[in-house]
Amino acid sequence: MGQTRKIALTVNGKRYEEEVEVRVTLADFIRHQLGLTGTHLGCEHGVCGACTILMDGLSARSCLMLAVQADGHEILTVEGIAPSPDKLHPLQQAFHENHGLQCGFCTPGMLTTLIEFLRDNPDPTEQEVRIAISGNLCRCTGYQNIVISALDAAKRLQAEAEQKA
Amino acid sequence: MKPPPFSYHDPKTVSEVIGLLSTLENAKLLAGGQSLMPMLNFRFVQPDHIIDLNRVEGLSYIRDTADGMEVGAMTRQRDLEFSALVEKKFPLMHEAIQSIGHRQTRNRGTIGGSLCHLDPSAELVSCAMTLDATVVVTGPKGQRDVAFADFPVAYLTSAVEPDEVLTAIRFTAWPAKHGYAFIEFARRHGDFAIVSAAVLLTVDGAAKITRAAVTLGGMGVAPVRAVELETALIGKAPDEAFLREACESCRGFEALDDVHAPASYRQHLATVMSRRALEKAYARATGKA
Repeated sequence: MGQTRKIALTVNGKRYEEEVEVRVTLADFIRHQLGLTGTHLGCEHGVCGACTILMDGLSARSCLMLAVQADGHEILTVEGIAPSPDKLHPLQQAFHENHGLQCGFCTPGMLTTLIEFLRDNPDPTEQEVRIAISGNLCRCTGYQNIVISALDAAKRLQAEAEQKA
Repeated sequence: MKPPPFSYHDPKTVSEVIGLLSTLENAKLLAGGQSLMPMLNFRFVQPDHIIDLNRVEGLSYIRDTADGMEVGAMTRQRDLEFSALVEKKFPLMHEAIQSIGHRQTRNRGTIGGSLCHLDPSAELVSCAMTLDATVVVTGPKGQRDVAFADFPVAYLTSAVEPDEVLTAIRFTAWPAKHGYAFIEFARRHGDFAIVSAAVLLTVDGAAKITRAAVTLGGMGVAPVRAVELETALIGKAPDEAFLREACESCRGFEALDDVHAPASYRQHLATVMSRRALEKAYARATGKA
């Protein structure tokens, strides 16, 4: 084992203090060391988007970061999206009901990407959704139902926000 | 697909960075990581030391200046994308940034990293070339300014010496009513451009061009200014026929020949992209768009 470092970070609201090899990517750290295998690794060079996580609320490819760089930061993975173990997030519900996934490999990256996108752009056009997920490759769906799910999720999130207001 | 072993350093100040660069052999600077990390994962690069710039203080800022702006090297592409100052003073850069990778990569990618990596199709490299940016490089002997025309030295190689670090970039704004356009041809949104064109123009009261800057990206080892075309535009109120003729000069540039496209295809694209960008920029300069 090469050089290691002790890091402290928050993942999905839970605090972790871990010793990590400095060359380990954030993606491998999340999957292997924390056991959170919801974050998927497709290409490992920043093209497929499956490993997208949110760091301090901003989406990033976890295969293009070192785990040591996440020291002191807050990470959200796909496991942290749902409000509780028995209730889906409106975005997940929309994917579920609109057949927004087939094999599901790209889904964690799609969801994390869209969480950020719909937060910043709550009422997007179809074209804006397509650009937002342009960095996430899906080889099953042809994207059609993913786009439908994202637009449906935007409506659900807006309705939820209005209800709260 | 895992990075090779290396020692990791995360200095807090620029002088610590310079100190590390002067003492460590085979060290590599890590900025946003959107190019270096894939290269590490592929083991295209095998540095003994990684010097992470992400915790260095004072390198991330967009500062309004009398004649333009100064940008810290570690400023994220995202910060430039959503900067009102960039949108107002440098609409070319604002437009170009929409084509840099994806939101997930712009959240991490930095302007300094992009310039130093110097990909031939990089949007920010094309912007810096078109805007005649000045790069501020800091090393053991202090700071020095490098005109962007002298910045690319070879393929993926900049004028930054091994013991130096790029710390800031200065941009001079064009007059408030200039025309601008950045367009690129790529197979999918966010892909590396096969050829891109960046244009800045000013016109006089008779809609004749008084100043022009045209940069072609993706052609050769680094983006190039189309000087012959720029000269041909001065004093003209170009129509489509004139632009078709004038942009033919862009076919003469040397072009890469690779898996994405043969050189002749890039040369053809150069004539098309430059014309379309000029049409868009001219329409904007003359208030028709």
